[in-house]
Amino acid sequence: MPELTRREFLKLGAGGAAGIAVVGNPLGFDLKAAKKRQIGSRITGAKESKSLCPYCAVGCALIAYTKEVNGKTQLLQIEGDPDSPVNEGRLCPKGATAMQLATSSRRVEHPLYRAPGSTKWEVKDWDFVLNKIAQNVKASRDNTFVAQDASGNVVNRTEGVAFAGGAAFSSEEGYFATKLMRSLGVVHIEQQARV
Amino acid sequence: MTNHWRDIKNADVILINGANPAEAHPVGFQWFVKAKLDPTKGPGAGGGAKIVHADPRFTRTSALADTYLRIRTGTDVAYFGGLINYVLQNDLYHADYVKNYTNASFIVREGYDFKDGLFSGYNQSTRSYDISSWAYETEGTPLDGPAGTTQARAKRDMTLQHPRSVFQLLKKHYSRYTADMVSSITGIPILDFVSVAKLVGEMGKPDKVMTIVYAVGLTHHTTGGQLIRSGALLQLLLGNMGRPGGGMNAERGHANIQGNTDHAISWELLPGYLRIPAPGQKNLDGYVAANAAKKSDPNSWNFFGTNYRNFMVSLLKAWYGDAAKRENEFAYDFIPKPAANSSWMSIFDQALKGKMEGVILSGMTATSIGPDSNQVLQGLANLKWLVVMDPLPTTSSEFWRAPGMDAAKIQTEVFMLPTTHWIEKDGSFVNSGRWSQWKEAVLPPEGDARHDHWIMAELFDRLKQLYRQQGGKFPDPIMAMTLGYKDPKKPELDEIAKEINGKDLATGSQMTSFANLKADGTTTSGDWIYVGSYPDAGNLAKRRNGVQDVKANDPTGMGFFPNWAWSWPLNRRVLYNRASADADGKPWDPKRPGIQWNGTAWTGDVPDYPATMNPKDPAAWLPFIMNGEGVGRLFSSSMLDGPIPEHYEPYEAPIPNPLHPGVSEDPVAFLYDQAAGRPSRFGKVDKYPYVATSYRLTEHEHYVTQHVPLLVGLQPQAFVEVPEELANEKGIKNGDRVRVSSARGKLEVSALVTKRLGPITLAGNKKVYQIGIPIHWGFVGVSADQNPEKSKYWLANALTPMVGDVGARTPEFKAFLVNIEKF
Repeated sequence: MPELTRREFLKLGAGGAAGIAVVGNPLGFDLKAAKKRQIGSRITGAKESKSLCPYCAVGCALIAYTKEVNGKTQLLQIEGDPDSPVNEGRLCPKGATAMQLATSSRRVEHPLYRAPGSTKWEVKDWDFVLNKIAQNVKASRDNTFVAQDASGNVVNRTEGVAFAGGAAFSSEEGYFATKLMRSLGVVHIEQQARV
Repeated sequence: MTNHWRDIKNADVILINGANPAEAHPVGFQWFVKAKLDPTKGPGAGGGAKIVHADPRFTRTSALADTYLRIRTGTDVAYFGGLINYVLQNDLYHADYVKNYTNASFIVREGYDFKDGLFSGYNQSTRSYDISSWAYETEGTPLDGPAGTTQARAKRDMTLQHPRSVFQLLKKHYSRYTADMVSSITGIPILDFVSVAKLVGEMGKPDKVMTIVYAVGLTHHTTGGQLIRSGALLQLLLGNMGRPGGGMNAERGHANIQGNTDHAISWELLPGYLRIPAPGQKNLDGYVAANAAKKSDPNSWNFFGTNYRNFMVSLLKAWYGDAAKRENEFAYDFIPKPAANSSWMSIFDQALKGKMEGVILSGMTATSIGPDSNQVLQGLANLKWLVVMDPLPTTSSEFWRAPGMDAAKIQTEVFMLPTTHWIEKDGSFVNSGRWSQWKEAVLPPEGDARHDHWIMAELFDRLKQLYRQQGGKFPDPIMAMTLGYKDPKKPELDEIAKEINGKDLATGSQMTSFANLKADGTTTSGDWIYVGSYPDAGNLAKRRNGVQDVKANDPTGMGFFPNWAWSWPLNRRVLYNRASADADGKPWDPKRPGIQWNGTAWTGDVPDYPATMNPKDPAAWLPFIMNGEGVGRLFSSSMLDGPIPEHYEPYEAPIPNPLHPGVSEDPVAFLYDQAAGRPSRFGKVDKYPYVATSYRLTEHEHYVTQHVPLLVGLQPQAFVEVPEELANEKGIKNGDRVRVSSARGKLEVSALVTKRLGPITLAGNKKVYQIGIPIHWGFVGVSADQNPEKSKYWLANALTPMVGDVGARTPEFKAFLVNIEKF
């Protein structure tokens, strides 16, 4: 159907039954043009990016609209991608509010550290936490590493460190985590699949 | 899923068990409704697909179903068993399919038995089975196996009459599952059950097809594995596996739970579902011999088993590069060999024993997930250190100040690392239907937040430096691990996607088929099932040719959309699709073809079969190419708790098992507290008379949405659903505060009095109430901040037991006993 101008739209509405026949819509009018104008005002000139819903595993495709404002990327709108054979543009309440998760004001802003026995968090820089964690992982690995078991089998495993996670991060991050953890000898590796 | 979301519109009957797609996967549910509204689908002359929902709770899924069956939680093996029995007793199975496409004709060895709730080979002191009698009788000249080995040929009786044929054993096993028995176990009224059985029985006709859809309502039981297998058995008997509109379809609950299972963030796996080696598998020969399937029929291709070594060596080459050489078995010793089960519950079991020093949680909160959150909290308090990587605070990052915890006494060093959200990085998510879809980075990282994989890469780099400076235990794999990225501390996800696909080291070209992977060290692949996702032409997960042009983008009209994203393996949209066509290659239902033989090649979906193998050739492979038998397994020695699914009661149950009260629960399920010598944390029906089950609501996703104000506004506070009759008995009114307790912990929440959970009647006229518990709340989030006192006991998993299915170790989240009182 060709796009209608506002004048044509009004004319068709006034045409009653004839209008219905022309427009082919049981309500006798078509909101496409009006809607386009309304949304257009919000996302005109915005960059369109392809994203996916972060929640369940239906895998609804999203379109995210962003604009650069004073050198900062501003998220204007997230909506279902109408081209997706999975969701055909539809979203549930969670997907429809994905923008609020993306722009949450409740984010943890800096690395935090709680010392043993302490009753509060301390804000730390990345160097502090990464160095300390690396030392901890090394100490625990070296403390609990079993090169050979009681039967003399070569097992090269780290028994005292566990890694869990991944149902919410990208596949490639997951693969990378597996590769790293297995290379450290970690056997306790788990994600959300079982639980 | 063997199939995919859009494919559900192709079904005539949809069985939904242990799932509530209208609420938990609402957008996926549109395809169920499409089938229901399509007059060309459905039993008989059509008129729309029929939906049958068996669930303890009448949900929005039930409201849109044609039949709702109120079932006692954890009894679906009995339900499927009854359907299997009905199909077998009334000859409603798909005879051609059962004879030629399943192991119904295989003869089982003498000595196999099932009696009084136990299969042959049970050892009470080890609580395990010796499975040597769960095997086929063999005959004739052995078959050629890989590397000069031979494999035994299974004896078959194509008439299916041999008393030890799988078919006859199955018939005998399920003859106990009469409609009467099913009703006394499940609580489903006999007549309701029989009318569903009749409907299901119609789906054995070749031109009809049924799908089974399930979620964690089936897996979260001590019989979780067998619950799924019993559905799969029914589908094999009806000839519905491998067909559009058919299959066994798991609805997964997190955006990328599928992708990260594929890539083996799972203790027992390496990428592509290769097993983690066990101690004693000393080299690649030993590893392959113990783990690769063996061929048991001359016409079985046994593709996975035959290529196991190729896949493993290609993985080792991807991980360890030049350090993986023929002389050192391609660095096979670099892969750790676990001593015992090391799954989720085992992590906290080890922590409770004081053997776990440190835990890294990345986007996962142990405290809320449970089971038995109070024991998990204790486990976390026993650690030396805990790292939480998350964009938002969690009940694990804050565990040391959880209600009832004394921070000053907790010696765990805790790190909270702010990570980026999904929308701040690219990479793929793999949905339930195995579609690997790429997303773009939309926003830059917020503030100080970093990508999880950059944190890991940076940590790894620092560890490497420490080992270089100080030495330490076996640094070899750490030093050798490949980091062939432009910036090893900041790998791009696109670079990793390329590595996962793998390449031919001689030509430098990306691999295009896993059939070309080699065991001689000349190919790499980080995950063989993803070979083909990233050829030289680029990353196929980025493709977006969707419904804007249905004619061009869905050429078969079956909803495959082959150029939208990419699905494993090889962009195949329906697994096992050779079984969608008959022996000659004609589709069982010409209106719903999966693949078909056109005289020279297979057309349609990407075939799960050699593309030009003539099905009429006497040497043609059997249809199921991935296992040793070449056919679907109605009887399987791959499960640790029995070759045929049997109903066992949940560990906390309101009645003894009506089939065999002497062996009421699964005799090999793993009891963590008992095995560790800790006191029992199970409760009994005298103190905890009500059956409870847990679930999700539409408006929340596990725990992260506690930080999304709009969603908290829609479902603001913790509650439990209480059946109206029970509420009347107990004087509980809608909105009253109630205490729900199990042997392990308690909840203090509001009561939602409802008709959705009516009473059920079980064996011996016993009336049982079921209580519904949404899982989403805890002591962290918008609502908890606003209600610090009220939210003290909001952790649903404080109630759930730490016991698991023997193989999968899924905890029994979905069936346990509680008491409820007003306060």
